[in-house]
Amino acid sequence: MNWQDLQVAAPEIIVLLMACGLLILDLFVSEQRRGLIHLVSLLILALAAIITLRGIPAIDAVTPVMAFGDTYVRDSMGDLLKVFAYLLMAMMLIYSRHYLRQFDMYRSEYYALALFALLGAMVLISAASMITIYLGLELMSLSLYAMVALKRDDKVATEAAMKYFILGSMASGMLLYGMSMIYGATGSLQIHEISQAIANQGSDNMILLLGLVFTVVALAFKFGLVPFHMWVPDVYQGAPAPVTLFISSVPKLAAFAMTIRLLQDSLGGLHGDWQGMLLMVGVLSIALGNLAALAQSNIKRMLAYSTIAHMGFVMLGLLSGTPEGYGASMFYVITYALMSAGAFGVVIFMSSKGIEADNLDDYKGLNQRNPWFAAMFALLLLSLAGVPVLVGFFAKWLVLQAVVNVGMTWLALVAVIFSVIGAFYYLRVIKLMYFDKADIETPISAPSDFRAVLTGNALLVLVLGIFSGPLIAACMAAF
Amino acid sequence: MLSEYWPVIIFLAISVGLGTALLVIGGLLGPSKPSVEKSSPYECGFEPFADARMKFDVRFYLVAILFIVFDLEIAFFIPWAVVMEDVGLTAFAAVVIFTLELAIGLAYLWKKGALEWE
Repeated sequence: MNWQDLQVAAPEIIVLLMACGLLILDLFVSEQRRGLIHLVSLLILALAAIITLRGIPAIDAVTPVMAFGDTYVRDSMGDLLKVFAYLLMAMMLIYSRHYLRQFDMYRSEYYALALFALLGAMVLISAASMITIYLGLELMSLSLYAMVALKRDDKVATEAAMKYFILGSMASGMLLYGMSMIYGATGSLQIHEISQAIANQGSDNMILLLGLVFTVVALAFKFGLVPFHMWVPDVYQGAPAPVTLFISSVPKLAAFAMTIRLLQDSLGGLHGDWQGMLLMVGVLSIALGNLAALAQSNIKRMLAYSTIAHMGFVMLGLLSGTPEGYGASMFYVITYALMSAGAFGVVIFMSSKGIEADNLDDYKGLNQRNPWFAAMFALLLLSLAGVPVLVGFFAKWLVLQAVVNVGMTWLALVAVIFSVIGAFYYLRVIKLMYFDKADIETPISAPSDFRAVLTGNALLVLVLGIFSGPLIAACMAAF
Repeated sequence: MLSEYWPVIIFLAISVGLGTALLVIGGLLGPSKPSVEKSSPYECGFEPFADARMKFDVRFYLVAILFIVFDLEIAFFIPWAVVMEDVGLTAFAAVVIFTLELAIGLAYLWKKGALEWE
């Protein structure tokens, strides 16, 4: 360990120190002044963002910097994902403040757990060794389980936390099992050494392939891909809306980085083998996610199935196995996280006085109650559906292009067909908002910081769509 | 080769011998006044044979959790302490950081009142 190692991990160290400091600070802050915790959390994110951004000398000239005996890496992919993780988390915190007050959950544990989950995600993004990957994954997951269960008296939330915990532990077990087999076959835990060993000995090794299968299963669990998606709708529905927002954004970025580190950086030599596996889970996810979302009457469940479908798309880019495909997938996962944060932001916005507005019928006539937010939600939904000019369209476009370029035109066709089917359930919500009469016609509003961030979030989807060039270039340059 | 197992065999012999000796001496010399309570198996203050689906006092849980935390801490410290001279300053720093993190957690619990029994 030397000075450079510490510099490489500087954002993580800062977040860890500040999160511990936040815990201690909470002991001395009275209940009336809890706003301070909120502000400090946002400050921590800003600080982490500054430190991370200062580490990028030039985004296109990247040489990954290894640290801590090659177990930790800093590269432009990691930096980009981390910056978006901070952004998403800051948005989540601002959205959730309003909600936490209304639902009697305004406690500093929420902030501390969220920061530790973020720390786990950051470690996961930068991990270059199997053990570090596992460490980050567990830190992130354990914090998330606790966040889901934060509403202790709520039956649904407790059930969701239980399901999440049990299935999540199973996935972690699978991952460890896979890692142990890969270690047995290659004799190393460092991702670059594993890739070297595979290059030397070839991929014709039964134990290595078994390890790969377990790893892919664990990844599919964490992403929530069919057929390992069972926890997604239940957890999304049961968790408090801001926690659902968090689960659907930051961990997805981390899971993407984990997939790149495990499948590309270490098991890249087995591309021919994992391509078929990703193809299967990807196509199944797109199909089942879009079809099952049609039948939902609960908006959180609907968005959960939509997540499954979108993660299927991310798999399509990854399975192409080209730098272009990885860049497209990264663009997809980042923009999806932004869109989903906005969509759940609206769900938070609609919830009040201890009742979550999670039925589709609650959105009837939103246009009469708050026209501006109805417009913002419509924008987000159209982007999720993949309507041109909005960013969701370009994300789908890039992924499909990557798939077509490796000669899988049929796959692109299947994906497009299911996306068109899927557009129906997004449009249905828009129809409810604009063409149905509201049951309750009282106008709704939110604090000004909430309104500003949600507006910014929705407009970002539009702006990133029109000026998508820089972000696409940054994603492509990462590989 | 087998001679390497001598310490194990000696250890086994001593433990079996000591265990037997203590039981025999206690049986021979100790007073024997059995009662129902004394003869029944001991089970942490519960009825030894009852329905397992009963309410537990939450204090047991607290003790168990605290035990796990500090037990793990020890499990981490001992191997480090054994090789402390070989692993150097980096490992020392790591253990100090680890201890500090635990201390922060403990301070937080304490101040929040999680250690109060009543």
